Amino acid sequence: MTTRQFGASVKRNEDARLLSGRAQFVDDVHLPGMLHAAFVRSPHAHARIRSIDASAALAREGVVAVYTAHDLGDYWRPGPVVVPPPPVAGAVFNERTQVPLAKDKARHVGEPVALVVAASRYLAEDAAAELAVEWEPLPVAADLERSAAPGAPRVHDDLPDNVAARVRQTKGDYAAAARRAHTVIRRRFAYDHGCAQPMETRGVVAQWDAGAERLTVWDTTQAPIAIRNGLAAMLGLSERQVRVVAPFIGGGFGPKIMLFYPDEVLIPWAAMKLGRPVKWIEDRAEHFFATTHERGQVHDAEIALDRDGRILGVRDVFLHDTGAYDPYGLTVPINSQCTLLGPYAIPNYDSTFTAVFTHKPIVTPYRGAGRQHGVFVIERLLDFAARELGLDLAEIRRRNLIPKDAFPYDNEIIYQDFTRLGYDSGNYAPMLDKALDMVGYERFVREERPKLRAEGRHVGIGVVCYVEGTGIGPYEGAKVQVQTSGKVSLLTGIGTQGQGHFTSFAQLVADQVGVAVSDVEVITGDTDQFYWGAGTFASRGAVVAGNAVNEAALAVRKKILRVAAEHFECAEADLVIADGAVAIAGVPGRSIRLGELAVHANPMRGAVAPGTEPGLEATSYFGPESGATAAGVHAMIVEVDPETMIPSIRKYVVVHDCGVVINPMIVEGQVLGGVAQGIGNAFYEQLAFDAEGQLLNATLADYLLPTALDVPRIELGHTVTPSPLNPLGIKGVGEAGAIPGGPLFAQALEDALELPMKGKELNEIPLSPCRLWELAGSPG
Amino acid sequence: MSDDKVKVRTTVNGARVERDTEPRLLLSDFIRHELGLTGTHVGCEHGVCGACTVLVDGVPMRACLMFAVQASGRALETVEGLAPAPGRLHPLQEAFRDAHGLQCGFCTPGILMTMKAFLAEHPDPGEAEIREALSGNLCRCTGYQHIVDAVKLAAERGR
Amino acid sequence: MKPAPFRYVAAESLEHALAAKANEGEDAKFLAGGQSLVPAMNFRLAQPATLIDLNGLANLDDVRTEGGALRIGALARHRRIERDPLVARHAPLLAEAAPHVAHPQIRNRGTLCGNLAHADPASEFPAVVLALGARMRVRSTRGERWVGASDFFRGVFTTALAPDEMLVEVELPPVPARTGTCFLEVARRRGDYALVGVATVVTLGADGKVASARVALCNAGVTPVLVAVDDLDGAPEQVRKAIDPPENVHATGAFRRHLAGVLTRRALAAALERAGRAA
Repeated sequence: MTTRQFGASVKRNEDARLLSGRAQFVDDVHLPGMLHAAFVRSPHAHARIRSIDASAALAREGVVAVYTAHDLGDYWRPGPVVVPPPPVAGAVFNERTQVPLAKDKARHVGEPVALVVAASRYLAEDAAAELAVEWEPLPVAADLERSAAPGAPRVHDDLPDNVAARVRQTKGDYAAAARRAHTVIRRRFAYDHGCAQPMETRGVVAQWDAGAERLTVWDTTQAPIAIRNGLAAMLGLSERQVRVVAPFIGGGFGPKIMLFYPDEVLIPWAAMKLGRPVKWIEDRAEHFFATTHERGQVHDAEIALDRDGRILGVRDVFLHDTGAYDPYGLTVPINSQCTLLGPYAIPNYDSTFTAVFTHKPIVTPYRGAGRQHGVFVIERLLDFAARELGLDLAEIRRRNLIPKDAFPYDNEIIYQDFTRLGYDSGNYAPMLDKALDMVGYERFVREERPKLRAEGRHVGIGVVCYVEGTGIGPYEGAKVQVQTSGKVSLLTGIGTQGQGHFTSFAQLVADQVGVAVSDVEVITGDTDQFYWGAGTFASRGAVVAGNAVNEAALAVRKKILRVAAEHFECAEADLVIADGAVAIAGVPGRSIRLGELAVHANPMRGAVAPGTEPGLEATSYFGPESGATAAGVHAMIVEVDPETMIPSIRKYVVVHDCGVVINPMIVEGQVLGGVAQGIGNAFYEQLAFDAEGQLLNATLADYLLPTALDVPRIELGHTVTPSPLNPLGIKGVGEAGAIPGGPLFAQALEDALELPMKGKELNEIPLSPCRLWELAGSPG
Repeated sequence: MSDDKVKVRTTVNGARVERDTEPRLLLSDFIRHELGLTGTHVGCEHGVCGACTVLVDGVPMRACLMFAVQASGRALETVEGLAPAPGRLHPLQEAFRDAHGLQCGFCTPGILMTMKAFLAEHPDPGEAEIREALSGNLCRCTGYQHIVDAVKLAAERGR
Repeated sequence: MKPAPFRYVAAESLEHALAAKANEGEDAKFLAGGQSLVPAMNFRLAQPATLIDLNGLANLDDVRTEGGALRIGALARHRRIERDPLVARHAPLLAEAAPHVAHPQIRNRGTLCGNLAHADPASEFPAVVLALGARMRVRSTRGERWVGASDFFRGVFTTALAPDEMLVEVELPPVPARTGTCFLEVARRRGDYALVGVATVVTLGADGKVASARVALCNAGVTPVLVAVDDLDGAPEQVRKAIDPPENVHATGAFRRHLAGVLTRRALAAALERAGRAA
């Protein structure tokens, strides 16, 4: 069997386990003597803690311990900044990070105040209900704009206001461009991206083995290595004493790469203190507060164009809600700033953001990580510019796309990986053409829409473009080893939350080492198995870890050939590796199974020649010099019931380019899942906070995740511009589907309701039937 | 305040089970922690997400909205009971694997149990019917399309 | 979250259940489907001291006709309402509303009577039984009484049930000739509470003209709201004026009011058309 696995829709290695219910998730970990934790959390968005009386809680049956901030001693300290601010000249960044337990005051609803450890979660919750906290409620800064205004209640008393950061990035000279523009369009936009809500909430199980002096932590994290390093430092242990395992994870999407959550830091400490394993599993109710959100921005943006609709420049000033603390730096607003430039040639750009502290949970990346906000702004500005200039909405985009001979394209400003924003490769016009063709744009605009409108139906079309910076560094690593059984182990530091790494990485190894994909055992997310790595985020797994895997597999292939050539006393060029064996080409009988060769490579006696290593194993690291730029075009036809404002998606088309593809089936799954989240973001999901910072819809009954009836069948198209930045030519695709849903819905719904004719616009996301009615439908 | 224990006498995947539990122990927790059958997952405890769906006398129900004691006298089926033998998969499981109907797999057991009952009653379902039957199960990874394809595939193969 | 502790009683007979309830009054709750009660308990919003489980009782799930009226017992599940041919024939309005109630798994366990006793004004079935002029059979150790639907729903989560009483049966009166019904709702997602829902009943006279028409709405007030329609054309405006719909994260009162008018018009038209086709 010499079929190439790369590029094939290979069925997943991990599915049998997942489908039979045998895959171990963090809550499936069961240890003898295990205790269970529950947190007491602030019911107020901003309040001073006057006193805490734990006596009633401690007296309850089955309660082993109750901890408040004062019980933590030196262990109590603010968490680290996980992502430092970018090296942008003049950037202001006020570091204020979360603490394990609130000491003097709470700064958002749900901030943890005490930890209860008991024989069961039921008993821990009983005790938590009896913990008496005396609160002094304080004025709340909830609304983004009001929190940014002078005189707003301050989230951090030692700062003069609620400015968490201010960053200005420029390219060219916008002011000059605007002066010579034919048209300048100015608008204000409000974009709210909700929270990830993976089906599995977070959880931590910790066990301290006092005899072996080893700590084991099971954690639903997307970055087990970083957690290991941080916990070791915090707990005064050597990194080698700590093992962090991210087993099967039920969806990540971003919030699980926020690091050093209060619970992540406390549960291991409690396990060491109590000498018994401790488990904490977040329930869905607390997930709305205990896990990070992504949230809103308000943009005052303008675009300057020439008479042909070519962009001369863009200026954007925006506020970004960062929540009560900013441990994750400025990744989200930097992404907004950078991704606004899109696939368009924008020679002059002036973007300033102010990140604002509010009395709400922390904001960190959620699939798209701020790109949504930037894409909404540029796509809407183009729509309004097109209308003003009398241009077709697809045409204005076409005129501004970066031409295919302009790559690599330098966008000059600093990206989230701290390198200069550059697009490595791309060819955008054919993607737009393909999307228009798949959705039937011409026919719809010329024939179908007028015909249906004449029948009284309200149909509209939308088409939007975006780029996605993916595959950023710093690096990932992989180790490939042929076992004596003939199976091949692949170990990597990256974690997995459903993206199919057990299969896509195995495909790379299978091709190089000549075994079946199902004979490659992939181990991820265990810091004892692989020491170095950054984590799964920013659509980088396949690019960065994938290339490391490929390099390591290639190195093992070379070893196989060298060892086999020695074994057969022939030239390496005479050898063929296939079906788990190495053979001399064309000579039957002269072949050796890989497992046996592995035994030969690790002799019990004799000498291993200097400069060589035992076994058929190799480790390799890959760090790209910068990210690879993926791109996409989404198009949608929607019909709206103008009386109820309920939309119905008639057609949804995605054309995406993620470079060279390892497993098309897995890529398709990633795009489809992303689109569903984009639809959720555009029309269903909204975190509804009131003026007191209370979240009014903190349940899955009221925070609306799309169901199978809300997501249509989606048609996918695919183009390929390989990335020159990695040997395999791969670009990331994890976030792609989720990025452009907002502007797509705004554009298509405006069209369906014929809002331009009525002088109305949709400049906010999310939308909803009620909001559409208020903005567009209600009389007067 | 410890409650009087109650006796749970039930059958799970064909095997008789008897335990003493607190009345308030949720069926989802009973299955996962008392019986160690961790294939059934807990996503919300509000009765919305469907991850905890099991079959009770062949009918899909949310295990987080039942108390363990209420399973007495009933026959429960969980995802662990689907496969006909170790190392083999139920046709529904095979169809999910073949159609890429799962990514992280957390919602999958609840969907498998719901679809098992659904296909038994609707052996030849159309797309709209399948989506309606799925509407009580949330998935955050797949966007549902491949799940629908998997169910169609299973139905086709079953005929 | 996990529920607070409670005492559990598995009712062995209806009398046993009623006696247990009489004993503890408000501190005890009946457990039938539990699809509203258990989530509330998991959130610790409800913390009954005792749960009286009715699920072991036989013969409480009857769906039968008696003298032309349809009678639905305490343990009849929503699933039954959706599928039973007697319901389809004698109360198609109930069957039409059923698929909008929550999700299939919830409908497999939840009961009609439990849903009515829970009296969530956003829920579909209270509006439906109000539109149909149902009577509720209520029992306690003190005896039995009937309560008309319009007297049964008193406020948000509040009914005419005394602390020791159980709703044991719902009776839907015989459907007059030339009657058509229609249930419509607008919801954010299928199975969510309706932003607003309407249940309409139109009866034609022998002359083919509308003899009576009524509209009952859910999520339009603190209880389901019944409007006796004066004339079909004016009905949307009449309904809009008659209701005081709530405001929440999903919709403003103004939008609900607007939707109520739209759905009233559409549902009455459909009910009228069906009445014309009915025997």
